[in-house]
Amino acid sequence: MRLSGRGVRCVRGGREVFSGLDFEASTGEALAVVGPNGSGKTSLLRLIAGLLALAGGAIALKGGEDELTLAEQSHYLGHRDALKPALSVSENLRFWRDFLGGTTSSPAESLAIVELDHAARLPAAYLSAGQRRRLSIARLLTVRRPVWLLDEPTNALDTAGQKLFSTLMGDHLARGGLIIAATHMPLGIAARSLRVGDAS
Amino acid sequence: MRALYALIGRDIKIALRVGGGALIGVLFFLTVVVLMPFAIGPDLALLARLGPAILWLGALLASLLTLDRLFTADHDDGSLDLITMSRTPLELSCAAKALAHWLAAGLPLVIATPVLGLLLNLDASATATVALTLLAGTPALTFTGMIGAALAVTLHRGGLLLAVLVLPLSIPVLIFGVAASEAAITGPTSFGAPFSILCALSLFGLVLGPFAAAASLRHGLD
Repeated sequence: MRLSGRGVRCVRGGREVFSGLDFEASTGEALAVVGPNGSGKTSLLRLIAGLLALAGGAIALKGGEDELTLAEQSHYLGHRDALKPALSVSENLRFWRDFLGGTTSSPAESLAIVELDHAARLPAAYLSAGQRRRLSIARLLTVRRPVWLLDEPTNALDTAGQKLFSTLMGDHLARGGLIIAATHMPLGIAARSLRVGDAS
Repeated sequence: MRALYALIGRDIKIALRVGGGALIGVLFFLTVVVLMPFAIGPDLALLARLGPAILWLGALLASLLTLDRLFTADHDDGSLDLITMSRTPLELSCAAKALAHWLAAGLPLVIATPVLGLLLNLDASATATVALTLLAGTPALTFTGMIGAALAVTLHRGGLLLAVLVLPLSIPVLIFGVAASEAAITGPTSFGAPFSILCALSLFGLVLGPFAAAASLRHGLD
């Protein structure tokens, strides 16, 4: 499996954020997108996820499942956690398992891995920022997707949480996954860096 | 299919829990209709004549009140991104969300109508007729409103825009809804014709609404 972008150009609100960006990542590889604030790290992830329209160039995934688009084979972990405060922790997770579909594993196990099993019945409204992040990470574990697009994934996580997430990312890569992460912090795993925003 | 059931189930659950929209719509409907007799005065004949129109207006405004959150809630917490990326076509997800909204916020209005009919001096058969027209017509309000909700999702303060966009579209539903009710209660005109058109508007909305909403959501991605 190989994710590649050629001459990717991004325009937001009439202003060019970056252009002529080339990148490549294969199975088992992590790409750390780095650059100053406003350089287009989040925009790049959203372009790959199909949540923004390409202004130029092409992004393609080769060797994945032919009948699915890149977005359908990706997990997107953004700034917003996609949690409903009125639902309990396990209800939130079970909803995403049922809605996203594909190969899934037990939500209870994922909650145990991210150390949230004690809060499974608590409404998500009562979670702290770090716990919300852990719950989002549990979604990545419950539903299997080969490509992980992570936007500042370790934000709000404590030191133990960051370490745990590094291990989980390592496991994902070892199982043939692929990670593209926008980050200011070291990811804790071997990753190539991709600089954005130098041109402008 | 499982994905759609999950989406409908989640939306209904959220609407029925504390802070959800279902109860707010019914309470608003109740308030509007209860205030009318105080404003119009104790003229029973006049109340009975205006009754169907008041119930329809109340239902229209109540459904508008809760439509505002149909997509903005999912947009604000990032769920809409994941729904857009998922393996379920966005059109079907939109249809499922509209259906859930109607079940949680539209159907209670229909159920509340018999109680409110009493306040407007409508007899049993008249109330039943209005409830029947609301049952046939409120899906049209939800589906046309969904288009406005999708257009307003990326704009700040989209709630006001929603009203401006949706109210003109709901005029045909209002005309035929009230026409069918009045035809059955007083009129020499037939009940069948306006009622059939009302059903047609709902079916038309069911087909067109999800496609239009999905198109505007895709266009508004940012």
